[in-house]
Amino acid sequence: MEAKTGSYELKVGLAQMLKGGVIMDVVTPEQAKIAEDAGAVAVMALERVPADIRKEGGVARMSDPELILKIMDAVSIPVMAKVRIGHFVEAQILEAIGVDYIDESEVLTPADEEHHIDKHQFKVPFVCGARNLGEALRRIAEGAAMIRTKGEAGTGDVVEAVRHARAVLGEIRRLQTMADEELYTYAKEIGAPLDLVRQVKELGRLPVVNFAAGGIATPADAALMMQLGMDGIFVGSGIFKSENPPKRAAAIVKAVTHYNDPAILAEVSKGLGEPMHGVQAAALPEEARLAGRGW
Amino acid sequence: MEHAPNLLPPEKVPAPRTDFAVGVLALQGSFWEHEVMLRKIGVAVREVRRAEDLEGLSGLIIPGGESTTIGKLAVEFGLLEPLREFGKSHAIWGTCAGAIFLSKDARRRQPLLGLMNITVERNAFGRQIASFEVDIPVPALKAVAPDDDRPFHAIFIRAPLIETVTPPAEVLATLEDGRIVAAQQGRLLATAFHPELTDDTRFHRYFLHLAGWKNK
Repeated sequence: MEAKTGSYELKVGLAQMLKGGVIMDVVTPEQAKIAEDAGAVAVMALERVPADIRKEGGVARMSDPELILKIMDAVSIPVMAKVRIGHFVEAQILEAIGVDYIDESEVLTPADEEHHIDKHQFKVPFVCGARNLGEALRRIAEGAAMIRTKGEAGTGDVVEAVRHARAVLGEIRRLQTMADEELYTYAKEIGAPLDLVRQVKELGRLPVVNFAAGGIATPADAALMMQLGMDGIFVGSGIFKSENPPKRAAAIVKAVTHYNDPAILAEVSKGLGEPMHGVQAAALPEEARLAGRGW
Repeated sequence: MEHAPNLLPPEKVPAPRTDFAVGVLALQGSFWEHEVMLRKIGVAVREVRRAEDLEGLSGLIIPGGESTTIGKLAVEFGLLEPLREFGKSHAIWGTCAGAIFLSKDARRRQPLLGLMNITVERNAFGRQIASFEVDIPVPALKAVAPDDDRPFHAIFIRAPLIETVTPPAEVLATLEDGRIVAAQQGRLLATAFHPELTDDTRFHRYFLHLAGWKNK
């Protein structure tokens, strides 16, 4: 009766347990407590939320392990943390301190402009962003155990998350109408491994959990992404850049559970105070867009 | 090469037409996976998000997920008392977070149903990198699969441990070292692991047997 750890099933399994939940960005142990008390299923520990990374500029890197450890101590729910695209040593460090999930994230400044991390080499699971089916399946082939839309982080504008969700889910719907002999060329066109393309056609969905992220700021935004067919929600700057974080956090949690019930959505949307001010994603110059990072 | 067993929209599995239906608490977590298992067995399933959804059900599964989230949502939507009432006369099975929710003490301030005479320790094995899978013997499953001698493939994800089991609750399964990972109290069932992440239906059939399902 040999126990096995670090298997792909265990990595995907943790994401399956997060489904129907909200994962919140936090920058202090106090914020992590607020998120947990509001019903978050996990927190993303980082030094600056995407809205501040956007504002302050400079190189954005993995957060100080000391801060991440303090947040891990403060809450009983899983703690995630971000590494730069391709920076496998930052990932080794986060694995060494025992974070529960690593986000190989376009929100940080990429460390490699050609290669992502070989995530199969790690026991800790990874989540990665994707704008379309090909990108999602490339990340899964590299070992990602969970996918999220990229959206446009730190804007408070949901439009890019909707675009990426519609792209991935629409491509899956079209794939299901294709004949088997058409899959070879389709896999080549989208730059994805054939076996994963076949698997997606058979399942009618990604073979891993698929969350929405990047610009979600209100309970209605969260329910919109759920009704489009996402499995759960990341909220980055949207909570702690708003006027009343505890109330908004709890409202978004309720909205994700009751995403199909407009009466409850109306109730939880009342009196939340100002949402984060945000910037229009369409108004961003090309060099300020984070979603284009990743290959 | 199915990566995530039972990660399907449940409506992809044809719904059986029977009077017998069980619920799956659908506040957060692995409720789809349980629904897919039950539908594969041939049982009608309903997602439970509000107290009125419990009406007419023969049993309820509380899935894996985050126990703090599930507890908080159960309080917010007035489910705590209806679930306690339901559990007095019906079968309830909690997996992982669900097992914590059924317990009377999790050594931490969070909403619990307190229906079972068990105490649990959350995240008893450590963080995600310590999550593990192992085959364990579960003799009770013989009740629904008399000819099947296989151990059960138990998947533990940031799992709790059942620390104490006091009568009328009984131990149902342990790890090799004797630590308790499953318990039963009448028609109430608690497992620290996730049968909904496997293709083995024995645990689900065992629960259905406790819920009074006759159609084998």
